[in-house]
This record gives sequence, structure tokens and C-alpha cells, in this order.
Amino acid sequence: MTDALLSEISSSGEAAVAQFARATSLDALRSLGAELLGKKGPLAGFKAKLGSLDPEARREAGQAVNTAMTLAQAAFDDRQSILAAAALDQQLLAEKLDLTEVTARPTRGHAHLVTQVWERLEDVFVGLGFTIAEGPEVETDYYNFQALGMGDGHPARSAFDTMFLNYGAPGSTVLRTHTSNVQIRTMENQKPPIYIVAPGRVYRRDTPDATHMPAFHQIEGLVVDKGITMADLKGTIQAFTEAFFGPGFNSRLRPSYFPFTEPSAEFDIQRADGSWMELGGCGMVHPDVLSGCGIDPEQYSGFAFGFGLDRFPLSSHGIDDIRDMYANDVRFVEQF
Amino acid sequence: MRVPLSWLNDFAPFGTDAQATAAALTRLGMQVEEIIRVNDPVAGVIVAKVLQMAKHPNADRVGLVFVDVGDGQSLQICCGAFNMQPGDLVPLATIGTTMPDGRNIQRSQMRGEWSNGMLCSQKELGLGEADAGIWILPPDLPLGRSPWEGSGLSHDVVFDIDLTRNRPECWGIMGIARDLAANLGLPFAIPGGTIEPSGPPRSAPVTIVAGDRCGRFVSAVVSGIEVRQGAPWMQQRLSLAGMRAISNVVDVSNYVMLELNEPNHAYDLETLGGGGFNIRLATDGEELTTLDGVVRVMTADDLLICDAEDRPIGLAGVMGGLDTEITDRTHTIALENAWFASDGIARSASRHELRSEASVRFDRGRDPYGIDHAVSRFVELLRETCPNIELHSGLVDARGTLPQPVVVDVRTSRVNELLATDLTDNDVQKLLAPIGFTFTNRHFNVPSWRPDCSREIDLVEEIARHYGYDNIAKTVLASSMPGGLSPRQRDRRTLRQLLLGLGLNEALPDPWLAPGDAERAGLAAVGQPVVIGNPMAAEESVLRTSLLPGLLKTVAYNETHRAAGVRFFEMGHVFRHPNDEQPLPEESEHLAVAIAGVDAPAAVEVWNEIVTTLGIKGARVQASVHPGLHPGRSATVFAAGRPIGVVGEVHPSVLGSYDVNERVAWLQLDLGKLLDLPHGISGYKKVSRYPSSDIDLAFVVPEKVSADGVMLSLKKGAGDLLAGLELFDVYRGVGVPEGSRSLAFHLRLQATDRTLTDAEIGKVREACIALVNRSGGALR
Repeated sequence: MTDALLSEISSSGEAAVAQFARATSLDALRSLGAELLGKKGPLAGFKAKLGSLDPEARREAGQAVNTAMTLAQAAFDDRQSILAAAALDQQLLAEKLDLTEVTARPTRGHAHLVTQVWERLEDVFVGLGFTIAEGPEVETDYYNFQALGMGDGHPARSAFDTMFLNYGAPGSTVLRTHTSNVQIRTMENQKPPIYIVAPGRVYRRDTPDATHMPAFHQIEGLVVDKGITMADLKGTIQAFTEAFFGPGFNSRLRPSYFPFTEPSAEFDIQRADGSWMELGGCGMVHPDVLSGCGIDPEQYSGFAFGFGLDRFPLSSHGIDDIRDMYANDVRFVEQF
Repeated sequence: MRVPLSWLNDFAPFGTDAQATAAALTRLGMQVEEIIRVNDPVAGVIVAKVLQMAKHPNADRVGLVFVDVGDGQSLQICCGAFNMQPGDLVPLATIGTTMPDGRNIQRSQMRGEWSNGMLCSQKELGLGEADAGIWILPPDLPLGRSPWEGSGLSHDVVFDIDLTRNRPECWGIMGIARDLAANLGLPFAIPGGTIEPSGPPRSAPVTIVAGDRCGRFVSAVVSGIEVRQGAPWMQQRLSLAGMRAISNVVDVSNYVMLELNEPNHAYDLETLGGGGFNIRLATDGEELTTLDGVVRVMTADDLLICDAEDRPIGLAGVMGGLDTEITDRTHTIALENAWFASDGIARSASRHELRSEASVRFDRGRDPYGIDHAVSRFVELLRETCPNIELHSGLVDARGTLPQPVVVDVRTSRVNELLATDLTDNDVQKLLAPIGFTFTNRHFNVPSWRPDCSREIDLVEEIARHYGYDNIAKTVLASSMPGGLSPRQRDRRTLRQLLLGLGLNEALPDPWLAPGDAERAGLAAVGQPVVIGNPMAAEESVLRTSLLPGLLKTVAYNETHRAAGVRFFEMGHVFRHPNDEQPLPEESEHLAVAIAGVDAPAAVEVWNEIVTTLGIKGARVQASVHPGLHPGRSATVFAAGRPIGVVGEVHPSVLGSYDVNERVAWLQLDLGKLLDLPHGISGYKKVSRYPSSDIDLAFVVPEKVSADGVMLSLKKGAGDLLAGLELFDVYRGVGVPEGSRSLAFHLRLQATDRTLTDAEIGKVREACIALVNRSGGALR
């Protein structure tokens, strides 16, 4: 009887192993598992019968049941991992995507080209120890001209093609022709040392064409401190040149004339190919401009420089008409 | 100013290196804009003699020309011009010649016939624009040599110089040459000698009435003149300098002006009423016909040169009159060389819109003492074409008020402080002496031709120029201040990054509007605009009071280019008349957002993002009606209890008048005002480690009660336990009474120190419902 029972146990175990191996899906395997390995399964049934056996036979049969259970469980686990791996493979295959089927358009916004270069210039000068000063775009004749050494009827005024506003006394209020008004306002309100740059929108009565707009942008710098020299001006222009254009770019100053600086200069940047590009004007702040702002020119000296910034994005992107940059056409704007 | 190199060479031996001379000029502040080469010899072009001309066997428009280049051989050339004859000398571009247009001449076949070079026209050789066939050379030139040798065509280089306002003396070739020679260390000498009067006394008397405007008026009588063509060399120089040759007398007058910066005028003494001059101010309304034939009406600020009978014959320093002009019959002239105060001449020139060669020179400021040499130079040069002229003694030198000689003290220490140089007193004197600043009695004497120099700083600039800007060091400046952006500037950048991240493009529309633009945008009531007095065009004459018109134009522009649904923001200034008297119009920085093709809530979402990004306290949106906006879809935006902008949707009729076909969600903030209010992200709420509980509440709320009012009640009801509040559904329709809508909220409750009990949650729920009930909502 014992032998017969033992063989019954082992064949029941083998049958379970064989059935598990034949299972074709995880679901089928799980229901088989519940059926064959569960409390109501055949092997569990053998355990229930053990109580009626004598101790020797009980021990033997018990071991056989455990062995059969272990083998069946191992077969179940093996089959389960095979089927799970296959199911995962199938899922991955089914989930395959063509990643070039993208329908949504990029949604980020695009900063204006002028603002992009404006912020970059600010960063360069912040790195050189400057702060950013701001001032009004509508300005009095005093801050736009007189305080800069251009009194009434000064011939240099004619170079600016000023737009006058119908405000106050005739000729007293203008759309600023340069950001130099900020220099004066800063010197009036702040004691030296002064290390500022003033970027901003400026206005001239220029008919729009490929290279001119009546509203455009400039950045000007002003340093007033003790012992400021023209060598400091040259060094600052050079430092800016390298920081903005890259190492290996050179700069030079050429004598020129502005009513608010003396000595005055134009400054040029040397491109990688050795050619020179005129960039802007600069010079040592005229003593009259300093004293007009309540700064003693015997005690302090300073320099100023300025240039237009619209040309940078034009030249770096090869844009041949400045009007394109101000058309606010999304087909243009979204390229940058 | 156009400056021929050959003319400069009359003053100092500058040589022929045009590039080096141009570089030196630019280095000194006389910027060379262009180097123009004139009559430049073309290497490889030689004189050839036409031996024979024959028809090309296979072509009608090309002939065969046989030439001798001096070796006695006959060379065959194909040529498309037929204006020469056997025996003529013509220029031949030999094989290997590079023509001025870049063409390279090679031996080639034309329809089966060989051409061993090319016969050239003047135009092909870069000698002017006339293209009248092959250039027939003078008959005596040697064969085989360059036709430039001995053809009378001297080649030259012309510098086109952009003169700055502070260099009045450079309006004469002499001034440029002096500066250049000083810088290059070359000997400088003024051409021409002193001509002593040879004729019997003869004067054209001068009366100066306006002595404060006319400092000096020299009149010299020159007789024996025969008016004819000027000397060819002079004609060529004038032409290179940009002036037309007229007659020997006018040419010499112009030549002296260009050379010495001494404008002068020759009057026909026969037609000069009373035989003399009277210099006075005009009377208002007085008329003068100037040389250009225009009748000009004077004001009392115009200085007139009148004849001795007080008849106006010239607008002083600007242009002569028509009546006393030199004619072919003129034999005696009264030569005027005068000095006028510059500002008066500038005013006259600008009033009459008459910028002449003379007025430019007077305007910049002239040397009152160059006159004496100018008179000599005039006579000397005129003698070349009129050998029999006589300068009469009795020259009149009338004086008004002349500028006082100027002396300037220069502290060498100051020079070194400003230029970072190490100059000695002697160095400074050596730099200034060659350009005329002599040093006597410890002072520098400013030369009379430099009226621009009167201060120490003016001389510092001269020292810097001649020391060389290139020789000044470049020092790395260590700012004594920390650099950085101000909080305002950082906020602006944060905002820009936020808006870009929200998918908004940045626009920079024009800041000016056409009259009526504001009204079309419904903004008539939004402040009185500031108007430009001299606008580019009437459509650009009004400064904007709002960013709305500019952005609507931007949306409309893109719509017409088939771009719908554009999303833009702008940060820009707006302007308006202040209510009270102020030195300047009101100017403020605004931020605006325009999103096309969507409803108002899209703009509110942008505002909400701004609130959380900048940490704006007490932010609130309150329904209200605004000009230009949809009355049912607009609200005032508050921060810290103060109105700082509007949000909503643009009024349909405004959209219509701007030809915008989509809805436009709109947000406009007074950015300056907003950023002035205290803001920023400070403090934080600790993240709770205890579980949270969610409850959903839906209310039927009358339309007149705003959603944010309900949310306020919920916040109040939940108090500190509120960890999240979301309006997740808005429903209008079946089941909800007319005039109300259902608002469904999702509340997440959480305590930081414990797990909430059901009882606590129930209490919150009841409190919320009670509060919403009080404001008119009913639990659904």
C-alpha cells in the first residue's frame, strides 16, 4: 500500500509538472497553479490522507508529498518566468512607436533678436564690473543735448535728426537721440565711482531702409572714478571685444570728435580675417560735462563709449534688411 | 573733402605710397573713407602704331588691325572698333595684361583669326566714362612704351576724407598737409612766395558797418586780366577735388580756397557800384539774387556785402551775387578776402538752406591771418594764364572785431594722468610745435588757424593725436564697484523667461501710432497722447498711450500672412500728457500679452503664472469694464490691493476695426508699478509627512457670484488644512437653473502634525458649504 501511495504521489507531482510546462499563457498557468498547488489540489489531498498512516509510512509519504510539491512549484515558477518574459516581449513589440511621427509643433516663445543681444551685452559688462542704468525715452533738450556740450544752435545737433514733441516750450522735449541722457542723469544722482552701461531704445528721424530704422537701440558705457585714463578706456574696449566677440579679436581707437568727450575717438574691431569694422564712438568725458553734473574734473576723470546694437544680430545671422527684424512676423521671429 | 596726394606733396615730401599715407591720415583723425586712384597706368599696355586695317573673313562686327609695337613686325589684332586709321597711335593691351576690370588678356582666336592682344578705349583703361572707340594717342609717343608716359595724363591718388568738426584747418589742403607732415616728421613748406604790389595805387575802399560780424575785409585791385580757360594742371586738380573748372579767374579763386582754406571772391570792378564795399546787416525783407540765380529774401541777421552805393552784391561767407559776377569782358577785379564770425554765417547758411564751399569753411571757423598769403597766392597763380596782370598798391585792409590770440596752459602732469603716458614738458612741446602751438613764457600760443582750441583739454587731445592713440596702453580696468543687475532688471528677465516658456514670442512694434489709432482701439479716454511735432509721416505722429494698438497690428499683420493664433508679449514704454504741469510727459513701462484665437481665460492663466513666478502678494482679478475690452470678459488685475492692469479679451468691435479675425486674449500690466510693490518668494510651507484626504464639492452658483469669490469661501472654510484647491469643472445646462452654473472643486486637506480624522474632514466640509451658501451658492 505504501509503495502504491508513493508512486501515486510522484505521478501526481509529475502530472502537475507536465501540465505547467504545457500552459500557454500566464492566466492559464495561474489557474492551473491554483488548481494543482492550492489547498484543494491533489497534492494537498495527499497531505490530508497522511494522518491515517503509520508513523513510518507517514514520514515517507510526507517526504514524497513535499518533494512533489517542491518540484511542481519549481516547474510553475520556471514556466511563469518564461511566460512573463514572452508577454513582456510581446508588449514591447506591440508598443513600438515611430518617433518621427511627431505632430505637435514646438511651443516655446522666441525673444526678440534685439533683446537677445541686449541681454548678452549686459552680461558682458556685468562681468566687467558694470551695473545697468536706465532712463526715459522722452527727454528734455537739456539732458539730450545741452548737458552734453551741445547748447542751443550747436552745429553738432544737426547730425542727430531729432524728433521733437509738442510738449512744453517749443523744442524743449525730444525723443532721445541717444542713451547719453542716462549718463547725465546718473552723474547728477550718483557720486563717483560710476561704472554703468545704459542700453535702450533711441530715436532719429531716419527714413526706414535696409540699414536704418527711426527707432533703434544703443548701449552706452560711462566710467567716472579717480585716476581713470585713456588707457583704461582702451583696455575696457578690448576686454569687451574679447568677451563679446571672442578671444583673438582686437580693437583700436582712432581720433574723432564728439562734443561731450575729449580726447574723442571712434573704435574699431578687428575681425578674424584681419579686416576692421567700425563699431562706435568713445572718449574721455569732457571736463565741462563732469562739472555740469557737479563732479569736479580735477578730482575725477572718466570715459564714455557707445554703439548701436541692432547691427549685431543682423551681421551674425546675415539678415540683409533691418526692417525684417522689426516686422514681428512669426515666420521670422520663430527662427531665432 | 577730396584731397589729391599730388597736392599734399606740394607741402611736404609724402611720396607715392597711398596706403601708408591713408593710414597716417586715419591715425590722425582724418578718416580716409575711400582711396580713389586716378589715371592709374595699366601694366602691359603699350603704344602701338596702326599699319593696316582689313575685314575679318568670317565676321562683320570685328575687323583685323595690324600694328607695329616698335619692333618693325606686323602684329594681328581683332578689334570691334573702327575709329582709327593707318598711322594712328593706339594703346595695345599685350598678352598677360590684367585690365582694370579684372579681365586677363590672352592670345585668342575670334572666328578663326588670331588676336595677339587688345586695342583699348579710354574707358577700358579706367580713364573716365567716355567710350568713344579706341583711344587715339598723341602722335609723338614712342612705340612700345606705356602711353601714360608723356600723354599728359598724370596719375594721382585722391583721398576722400571724412572731416570732423574740430578740425577747421583741414578744409584746406595746407592744414591736412601740416598735420600729416608733423606726424611723419617731414619738412613742411607752404608753396608760393610773397607778391609785392607792382601797379599804381588803386583801391576798392571798404566800410565795415557790422564790425562784430565782419572781423576783417581785405580788398585788392588786380588789373590786366584776360578771362580764358584755366591751366590744364589746375583744372585737373580742381576736378580731382570735386570742383568744376570754369575760367582761369574762377579756377584760381577756387584753387586758393581749397589749398589754403581761404574763401575769396573776385568782383568785376567795372560793375561794382561806387568801386568799393560796404559790409552791413540786411534789413528784413531785403532781396538778393545769388550766383545760382535764386532771389533770396534776407533777415536782419544776414550779413551782406554791398557795393559802395549800398547795393547788396553778396551774402557774406555764403554766396556772391549774380550782378557783379566775372564775365568774359572783365579786365579788372576787386578781390575780396574776408573773415566773418562763424556762428552768424552758419545761421545764414542754414536759414537759406545754402551750404556752399565757402559757408562750410566759415561755419567751422577760419584763420583771420591767412588772408595775406592768400592774396599773393591768387595773383601768383593767375599770372600763369594772365602774365600781364598787376596787383595794385593801395590794398585795403579794413578791420572789425577779430578774435584775441589764445594762450593755454598745459600741465604735463595732467596730460600724463589722462593719457597714462610718461611725457616730459619737452616731449609735450615737441609734439605741439610742428602743428603750430608755439611755447613762450610758459604758455602755449594757439595758432590762429585753430579756433577750436581754447582749453587745456583741447591741447591734451592734440598731444594724444600726435603721440598716437595706438601708442597709449590698454590697461585692464578693475571696477571699484560690484557689477550686477538691479532687482528690477532681474525681475524683467525672470518675466521674459516665464513668458517665453509659456510659448509667447516677443514683439517690438513701433512706438508711434497714427492719429485715430487709439480711438479705433477704444482708448480715446486713456490719457491725452503726446504728439511728435516733426514726424516722419502723419501715420507715425502720436506716441502710444497703450501697447494695445501695436500688438493688434502685429496680430493683424500675421493673420494676413496666414499665421493664425499668434502669441506675443511686449515690454515697452507708453507715454501721455500728465494731469499737472511736469517737465516731461508721463512715461511708464508696460507689459502686454496678446494671444490670438483664444478666450479671455488664457490671459488670466498668464497672469496667474506671473503671480506665482514673481511672488506677488494679494493678487486678485475683479470683473470690470475697460476701454477697448470685451465688457463681459474683462477684469482689473490687483496686486497688494492696488489696480496694476487689465485682463480679458479685446472688444469685438476693436478687433473689427483692426482687421483682426480671431478673438484676442489680452493682459496689460503697468510693469513699473507692479515691480515697485513688495513681491518675491519668501518663506515656505513645510511639506507634511501625514496622509492627505481629498473631498470634492460642487455648487450651483448664480452667475453674478464670481468663481474666485467661491474659492475665497472654500479657502476660509478649510483654513490651515487646505493643501490644494482646484476648480475642475464648470457646467451650464440641463439640471442647473438658468442664470447659474455648477462649479466643481477638488479640495485636498492635510495637517502637518497628524493624520486627519473623518470627523475633522466632515467639519471642514460643513464649514465650506456654509460659507459658500452665505455667498449665494448651493451644494449640488
